[in-house]
Amino acid sequence: MTVRRLAAAGLAAALALSSGLLASCARPEAAVILAGSTSVQPFAEALAQEYMKTRAGLLVEVQGGGSAAGILAAQSGTAGIGMSSRALKEAEKGLWSVEIAKDGLAVVVNPANPVTDLSLDQLRTIYTGVVTDWSQVGGAKGQIHVITREEGSGTRSAFMDLVMGKHEIDPRSIVQDSNGAVRQLVADDPGAIGYLSMGLVDARVKAVSLGGIAATREDVVNGTYGLSRPFLFVANGEPTGEAKAFVDFVLSAEGQRLLEAQGLVAVQQGGAS
Amino acid sequence: MTPFKERIPGFVFLLFALSALSALALIAAFLFVEGVPLIAKVGVGPFLFGMKWAPSQGLYGIFPMIVGTVAVTLGAAVLGVPVALACAVFLTEFAPRAVSAVVRPAIQLLAGIPSVVYGFWGLIFIVPAIRTWFGGPGLSLLAGSVILAIMILPTIISIAEVSLNALPRLYKEGALALGMTHWQAIRTVLIPSAKSGILAAVILGIGRAIGETMAVIMVLGNAVALPRSILDPARTLTTNIGIEMGYASGDHQQALFATGIVLLLIIMALNSLAQVAVNRRRT
Repeated sequence: MTVRRLAAAGLAAALALSSGLLASCARPEAAVILAGSTSVQPFAEALAQEYMKTRAGLLVEVQGGGSAAGILAAQSGTAGIGMSSRALKEAEKGLWSVEIAKDGLAVVVNPANPVTDLSLDQLRTIYTGVVTDWSQVGGAKGQIHVITREEGSGTRSAFMDLVMGKHEIDPRSIVQDSNGAVRQLVADDPGAIGYLSMGLVDARVKAVSLGGIAATREDVVNGTYGLSRPFLFVANGEPTGEAKAFVDFVLSAEGQRLLEAQGLVAVQQGGAS
Repeated sequence: MTPFKERIPGFVFLLFALSALSALALIAAFLFVEGVPLIAKVGVGPFLFGMKWAPSQGLYGIFPMIVGTVAVTLGAAVLGVPVALACAVFLTEFAPRAVSAVVRPAIQLLAGIPSVVYGFWGLIFIVPAIRTWFGGPGLSLLAGSVILAIMILPTIISIAEVSLNALPRLYKEGALALGMTHWQAIRTVLIPSAKSGILAAVILGIGRAIGETMAVIMVLGNAVALPRSILDPARTLTTNIGIEMGYASGDHQQALFATGIVLLLIIMALNSLAQVAVNRRRT
C-alpha cells in the first residue's frame, strides 16, 4: 500500500517535472544560430536585433566562444553561421565564407599621454619589452604599462600577425580578457598602452597613428593603415533558407550602413567566395 | 528487524548524500581524464616547473602561476590574519553584547558579497590608489592581496571565534584567579589553548583565497611571468583557467584542466592539514 502510494507520488512528481520542462521549451526555436568571435559578437547582435524587427517572430541567436570555436561550430553544424575575426587558415579554406566588414585594430593610450604617433618598430619594441619608458618613444618620462589580450583571442592573434611577426609579446605584460577591459584600463592609467577593435575606440582613450597614418576608415579601406582584419561569416556550405536571408540582410546596404554606424568599415556587396 | 517502511527514509537520505559525493567524484574524474594526458605529453617536471606559458607555441609551464598563487595568498594571509584574529578576540572577550550583535552579522554579510563585486570595487578604488601612491600599473600582487585579505576575513573570524568560545570557562576563571590581568589571560592562556582551532581557521581562510577567481582576475593583471615585486602583475592558477577558457581548445583546453588538477591537489592538501589541526585538539 505505502509502496504503491509512494510510486504514485513519484509518478505525479515526474509528470509535473516533465510538463514544466516542456513548458520551458515552448519559446520559439532559433531559426539562425551564430557563434564565434567575441569581437564580431556585439555587431552581430546589433544586426540580429535590427533584422528581427523586420521579421516578427523570427529568432536569430548570437553566441560568443571565440573565432576558433565559431569556425569549429560552423564545421560541425552546431551553429548555422560561424563568426571569425581572422582570415581562415589553409586547413579551413574548404568552408564557405563571406567578409561582412573590415575592422581596424587601434593602438590606444591614455588621453593625457603626449605621444600621438608610433612607428611599427617602436610599437613592436614596446610589446617585446625592449622599450620600457615613454621617454624612449618621445613621451614624458614614465614606465610603459603594456596591456595585451589573452592567448586564443582573435584580437591578439591579429595583433601578433600584423605587428609582432615572429617576435613574442613580453610575458610581463598585463593580460585582460576583453576589448572593454583593455579600454577601461587605458582610460584609467596614464602610462598604459593597449590595442583594441577600432569600432570600440571612444573619447576615454586616444588612438595613436602608426608611422604617421591615423586609424581612420578611409585608410583601412585603401589599405594604407596596416592594422586591419576581416570579420567573416563562415558556414559549412553556402547557407540556405533563413540563414541565407540573414546573410543577405547583413550584406545589404542597410546592414552595411548599420555596421558603419557602429564603427566598422563596410565591404562591397557580393564578396562571397 | 526494522520494518521496510522505517528503512525508506534512511535509504532516501543515503541517496542524497551519495549524490553530493558522486558530484565530487565526477568532477575529479573529469579533471583527471582531461588533464592527465596533457601532463603526460608535456612531462610532470616541465609542466610544474616550466617558466613559460605560451599555448600558441605548445609551451605549458605553470611555475609562474604557482608562484603567483603562493605570493598573493601569502600576502592575503599577512594582511588578513592579524585583523581577523584581533576581531575574533574582540568579539569573544571585549565586545559588549550590543556591539557584537551588530558586528557579528556584519561580518557574516561580508561573506555574502559576490566576488565580482569585490573585484569591481578593487578595480575602481584599490588599483588606482596603488598606482598613485606606490607607482606601477596598479594591477598587482598587492591589489590582489588586499582584496583577498578582506574576502577571507569572515571565514577566519567565525572559525576562530567558535574555537575561542569552545574553551571551558574554567581556563579563563583559573587564569584570573591566579592573579592574571584580562589581557594576560587572553595572551598566555586562551589563545594558546585555542591554537589548533585558530590554525584550522587560518588554513581554511587560505584555502578560500587560493580558490578565489573572479575578484583576482579583475585586479591582478594576469601577466604570465614571475613577479619581481609586490607591485608587479601576476597570474594565479585559478585566473589562468578563468581568463583563457573562453577560447581554449585541444591541448590548450587540456592544459587548463591540468591546471585544475594542480589546484585540486593543493586544496585537498590544505583541507587535510586543517583536519589534522582540528583533530590534534581532541587527543
